[in-house]
Amino acid sequence: MSEPLFDPSLKKKKKKAVAFTEDPLGADADPTAPAPDTIESTTINGEVVDLGPKTAHEMMKEEIGGDDAAKAKEEDDFKAMFGDVKKKKKKKEIPLDFGEDSGIATPVTVAEPGAEAPAGDDDFSDLKKKKKKKAKAAFDLEAFEKEINQSKAKSGGDDEDEDDVPVDTSHIDNIDEAELGDDPFAHTDAPSGVDAGNEAWLGSDRDYTYSELLTRFYNSLHAANPALLSSVSRKRYTIAPPQIFREGNKKSIFANVTEICKKMHRQPEHVIQFLFTELGTTGSVDGAGRLVIKGRFQQKSIENVLRRYLVEYVTCKTCKSPDTLLTKENRIFFVACESCGSRRSVNAIKSGFQAIVGKRSKIKA
Amino acid sequence: MSVQNLNTFDPFADEGDPLADNANVGSTSDYIHIRIQQRNGRKTLTTLQGLPTEYDPKKLLKAFKKEFACNGTLVEDEKMGQVIQLQGDQRAKISTFLVENGMDRATIKVHGF
Repeated sequence: MSEPLFDPSLKKKKKKAVAFTEDPLGADADPTAPAPDTIESTTINGEVVDLGPKTAHEMMKEEIGGDDAAKAKEEDDFKAMFGDVKKKKKKKEIPLDFGEDSGIATPVTVAEPGAEAPAGDDDFSDLKKKKKKKAKAAFDLEAFEKEINQSKAKSGGDDEDEDDVPVDTSHIDNIDEAELGDDPFAHTDAPSGVDAGNEAWLGSDRDYTYSELLTRFYNSLHAANPALLSSVSRKRYTIAPPQIFREGNKKSIFANVTEICKKMHRQPEHVIQFLFTELGTTGSVDGAGRLVIKGRFQQKSIENVLRRYLVEYVTCKTCKSPDTLLTKENRIFFVACESCGSRRSVNAIKSGFQAIVGKRSKIKA
Repeated sequence: MSVQNLNTFDPFADEGDPLADNANVGSTSDYIHIRIQQRNGRKTLTTLQGLPTEYDPKKLLKAFKKEFACNGTLVEDEKMGQVIQLQGDQRAKISTFLVENGMDRATIKVHGF
């Protein structure tokens, strides 16, 4: 029943050679992979769509099951998601006639040992059995056909790909090697097991929770391209350490303020104001552009204050990028991120309570 | 079986005034600021400003003085209200003391080096 449904789409896929960019998508689309189950159940029953409450995901499946020429495209995507289109392609180059079918059959086997056997998760045990049978029976075509039909009947819901297999009986010889090569499902278990382990919904027929799917997506995403993982630790933002000298006994000189301000893309006045309020002192900028701070300060302490400034006024809270702009609008400061476009208001620098230090009589005078 | 995916959610629903319950968002008045000031030599002063009204500054000062073994005073400021002023660098001690006595760490801001 399902064979004729899927055949045209498959052929189309052949010609199109689905875009590879969709491969990564396959990871997150996995949850849709066990689609055939429902599709076939419906088709076997002869009903199109009768299941009461539907998840969006189920609807998707049904659409595919419904299968028009247009939907063939979706089908393509679907297939692409399953895994290695590349490998499919390679197979395609074999005889076109029956290559089609063999191509169909092999990608199943190839794809599953590949990344993570997304499709198979549900009915994996069935698949396994089948594959073994195939391998055995490969030479005896008729027996093979029979067996497949049996297994199909037995396990009602399978991959669409599986169902295509019987068609290609005539050239199983070609597939043969491929299948034997791919036969080791033992391997495939391992990678799929990683994913399958956390799929709590597999046991029950409940719906997936959002967080489950999200974690699943990230797991497979990172498995597929670990390069993304390191996005956090990309180029580190570095600033030259502040150079602090002591001038006399009571003053400290911050020599490279302007440099640091330039590096942070902030006005020196703003930074200096922050420093003074945080340190609770006063000071001035001398002729050489150095900052003279009243009081004794270590380089380490100034560094701490600068770090706090960075967190508060420089780094973007959303994407942690230091590439931001500080603008003032209606007495309120805004930090706009250059890399992610987020914008937020920041507290104005406000000096708090200043205790009176020194002789009060002097102040009064 | 309830289906999560098909639950309708109106993203444009009126959420009400976000500032309704907390008028002074963005103002720093709800923070407790702990600052340090240098005096002559190695001496320092620690000031605590913005204490919530449900705490009695006098009693708190007494507890501070006893706990940290330092002297201190209560300073009246026109803008900031009552400010606790302690001798020496007591910033870390104050913040741990306040947190241990049931204040939220997020509301405490420690300034200085």
